[in-house]
Amino acid sequence: MTPLTPPPFDPAALEAATARFVAGAQPDVAYAVVGSPVGDLVVAATPTGLVNIAYEDFRGGLDPVLENLATRLSPRILEQPARLDGVRRELDEYFAGRRHAFDVPIDWALYSPFGRRVLQATAEIPFGQTATYGQVAAQAGNAKASRAAGRALGANAIPIVVPCHRVIGTSGKLTGYTGGMHRKEALLRLEGIEV
Amino acid sequence: MPAVIPFQRFLDEHRGPVYRFLVASVGRDAADDCFQETFLAAMKAYPRLRAASNHRAWVMTIANNKAMDHHRARMRSAIPVEEVPEVAVHDPEPGGGQDTWEQVRALPPKQRAAVLLRYAGDLSHREVAGVLGCSEEAARRSAHEGLKKLRLELTAT
Repeated sequence: MTPLTPPPFDPAALEAATARFVAGAQPDVAYAVVGSPVGDLVVAATPTGLVNIAYEDFRGGLDPVLENLATRLSPRILEQPARLDGVRRELDEYFAGRRHAFDVPIDWALYSPFGRRVLQATAEIPFGQTATYGQVAAQAGNAKASRAAGRALGANAIPIVVPCHRVIGTSGKLTGYTGGMHRKEALLRLEGIEV
Repeated sequence: MPAVIPFQRFLDEHRGPVYRFLVASVGRDAADDCFQETFLAAMKAYPRLRAASNHRAWVMTIANNKAMDHHRARMRSAIPVEEVPEVAVHDPEPGGGQDTWEQVRALPPKQRAAVLLRYAGDLSHREVAGVLGCSEEAARRSAHEGLKKLRLELTAT
C-alpha cells in the first residue's frame, strides 16, 4: 500500500503550464497538422524555414513523420501551430486558387548540392505548367542526369510548395508521386492541367 | 537501434507525472515556474539522452534539481518578521492533503527528496537512488525515516 497519495491538482493548471512551455520554447523543429483538399498535411519548419510537408496518411500517420525528422534533423521537435501560420496561410490560398507561387522561406538542409539544385529548378516551374525530368536535370546543370533528377524529386520533402507534381515523363506520363498518384492528379487538375 | 523519440512525445508522456511531483515538492503556486524550468532544461539536454536509459528517472532528476533550487531561493529570501500573523491551523488530512505535503516540504532535504520522489514522483526506491546518487538501501531508509517523522507509521513499500 502507498502511505502517501500525491496532492490533487486542477488538470487545467497542467494544460496551462504545458501551453506556456510550448509557447516559449524554441525547438529545432516546429510542426503542425494542416487540413487540405488532398488530405491532412504534417507541416514542419526549422528556424531557417519550411523543411517538410508530409501526407499524414502515407507512411502510417504522424509518428513515423516525426521520427524521421528526429533522426534526420534533431529530436528537439514540438507541435507549435503558431509558428506555421505563414505556411498554412499560403497553402490555404494555393488550394483556394488565389496563390500561384509560394513565398515562405525554405530550409534546404536535407539535400545534396545536386538534389537541392534539382528541387530549386522544380520550384521555378510556373503554376499550371509541366516540365520533364530531362528539362529539370538540364536546369540543375546536368542535362544527362534525368534519372538522378528523378531520384532527387523522389526525395523531395516539401511537396506542393516545391511542385514536383509538375514534373512528368517525356511521353507525358505522370510517373510516380510521394503521397500517391491520385494526389499528383488532383494537384495538376487544381492548376487547370488535363490529366 | 531504437527509434529517436521526438521531444513532443517525451513531453506528452512525462508532463503529468512531473507536474504532480512539482505540486507536491514546491506547492501549486510555484509548480508552474518549476515546470517551465524543468522542460526547458530537458529540451536543451535532450539530444544527449540515450534511447535505452530511464527517461522518467532522468526528467525527475531535473525536476528535483529545480525544486531544490526553489527551496534554496526561498530560504535565502525568507525575512524574519517581528509579529507572526495569525493563521488558521487545520488538522492534517489523512493520506494526501495539501497539509501533509507541506509537512513533507519541512523535512530535512534528503528525506524530503526521497519521500517526494517515491510517493509523488512514483519512482521505485532503486530509481530514487539513481536520482539522489546514493544506494538503494539509503534511498529506502531516507524515505522510511521521512515517513516516520511525519508520524505516518506505515511501511515504506
